[in-house]
Amino acid sequence: MSQLLHSRAHGHRGRDLIWYRSWWRMVQQQCRLALQSLLDLGRSPLWTLVTVGVLGLSMTLPATLHLLVKNVQQASRGVNESFEISLFLRNDASKTDIATLVTLLRADQDVSKVRLLDKAAAMVEFKQQSGFGEALSALESNPLPDVLLVTPRQNNPELAEALLARFQQEPLVELAKLDISWLERLAALTQLVQQVVLTLAMLLLTVALLVIGNTIRLSVMDKKTEIEVMKLVGATDSFIQRPFLYTGVWLGLFGGVLAFAVVELMLWWLSSAISRVTHLYQSNFTLASLTMTESLLLLASGIALGFIGSYLTVRSHIRHIEPF
Amino acid sequence: MLRFEQISKTYPGNFTALEDVSFELAAGEMAFLTGHSGAGKSTLLRLISLIERPTHGRLWVNGIDYHDVSRRQVPFIRRDIGMIFQDHRLLMQHTVFDNVALPLVIEGISGREMARRVNAALDQVGLLDKARALPATLSGGEAQRVGIARAVVNKPPLLLADEPTGNLDPDLSKDIMRVFESFNQAGVSVLVASHDLSLIARMRYRTMTLKQGRMINDGLLHDGGTA
Repeated sequence: MSQLLHSRAHGHRGRDLIWYRSWWRMVQQQCRLALQSLLDLGRSPLWTLVTVGVLGLSMTLPATLHLLVKNVQQASRGVNESFEISLFLRNDASKTDIATLVTLLRADQDVSKVRLLDKAAAMVEFKQQSGFGEALSALESNPLPDVLLVTPRQNNPELAEALLARFQQEPLVELAKLDISWLERLAALTQLVQQVVLTLAMLLLTVALLVIGNTIRLSVMDKKTEIEVMKLVGATDSFIQRPFLYTGVWLGLFGGVLAFAVVELMLWWLSSAISRVTHLYQSNFTLASLTMTESLLLLASGIALGFIGSYLTVRSHIRHIEPF
Repeated sequence: MLRFEQISKTYPGNFTALEDVSFELAAGEMAFLTGHSGAGKSTLLRLISLIERPTHGRLWVNGIDYHDVSRRQVPFIRRDIGMIFQDHRLLMQHTVFDNVALPLVIEGISGREMARRVNAALDQVGLLDKARALPATLSGGEAQRVGIARAVVNKPPLLLADEPTGNLDPDLSKDIMRVFESFNQAGVSVLVASHDLSLIARMRYRTMTLKQGRMINDGLLHDGGTA
């Protein structure tokens, strides 16, 4: 009789001679289980709605902030003038030397635009704006250098740095300067926002996990007698927990769909207002929405959340329900 | 089939439910377990079904030493034991068919094979026509027979029944006992706990009597219910 344990544990499987038939049967069973869990959700609609709501909204906020970061990055990419290299020329450079340098730079394939600020014009401007007009008149010669403003063809900080190093080698150039500090500041800011998004997402997702766990716990308690009976007739813990895991997955999926819907709705609502603003600024900025991958990721994280939240609760609770 | 060796069970608070109980039940044997309520009948059955573990002593069921059974193995051991309860323990939201099918579903049997076995079990207890009914619509005797069908559907070598006729009138009780007898004749070992002494005496099977946790009699019971 001692072989009973083993022969029974695998009992019926010996009869499934064709492997795909048993596999197909398993798929069928899992589908039935999933459907049953879905129908069970309808039995306690209030808790289902509350859970899906909390789950969906706690995923909406991180998703929205992510979109915000994405759009800011996209908008900042559109600003071309940001990469402007200022070349301060030597004071003894002659006008013809400068003219040759300008033509040389214009021919450079990495340069899109060259603008000359000559020192006389700069002096006039400086006198007007600085308020040192009288004092400056006392100077014998013009201390300001001629300046060339060079715009690189490509909008890439590293390329701009390389270009800067090259210009520095020019004999006429006293000092080359690249002003990208504000861009760096913007990048740092968006990074900060990303960090905030991440932290916030973690907090909200923890809340979501707790809510799912609680809903599943209630559902386990609700089926306490059923679980006892199943244990009495020889059900393993993993068999008993399966429907609850499906419940978690459904809740997560619905939460993900809700988050997606809310984000899309928000974008739709904002897009008209934004297009009015961008129209006034004559910009061709368009609001980026969730890509296909991002949408799928949203749904997948919902499902993962549901599964994990359910798994963590259901394991310990089912373990503790013992028949009497 | 069943072997108890100096089994004792003490509950927290120093209440001794079983003390130094030893007996054997051969494969294919049918026996009764009797005694007043609180004598330890239920505790003895709960030890066999692994709901409780003994405090002292050793216990073999189906040739398996329960000392070596880990928590993870408990479900598989239980699949070899058909259990019948006084309160039926049916799933009230599911049909009779689903209730009887539960042990098969747990073992992963489905489809035509499952339906065939469930119908066979229901036929054996005479409830084939109630397959689609809900347990709440059944009488006490019918519910008990559904419980029996569930216990035997996966053909366990051992049947345990805890007061299966507790709530039934004498005629129905006799019917239920006859169902057990028929399974026993098919080779299943049966152990029935009951305090219905007159019924037991008429059945003329081996009877073990418990009193305050001790086995005080093991053998045939005579009419009139005295040991």
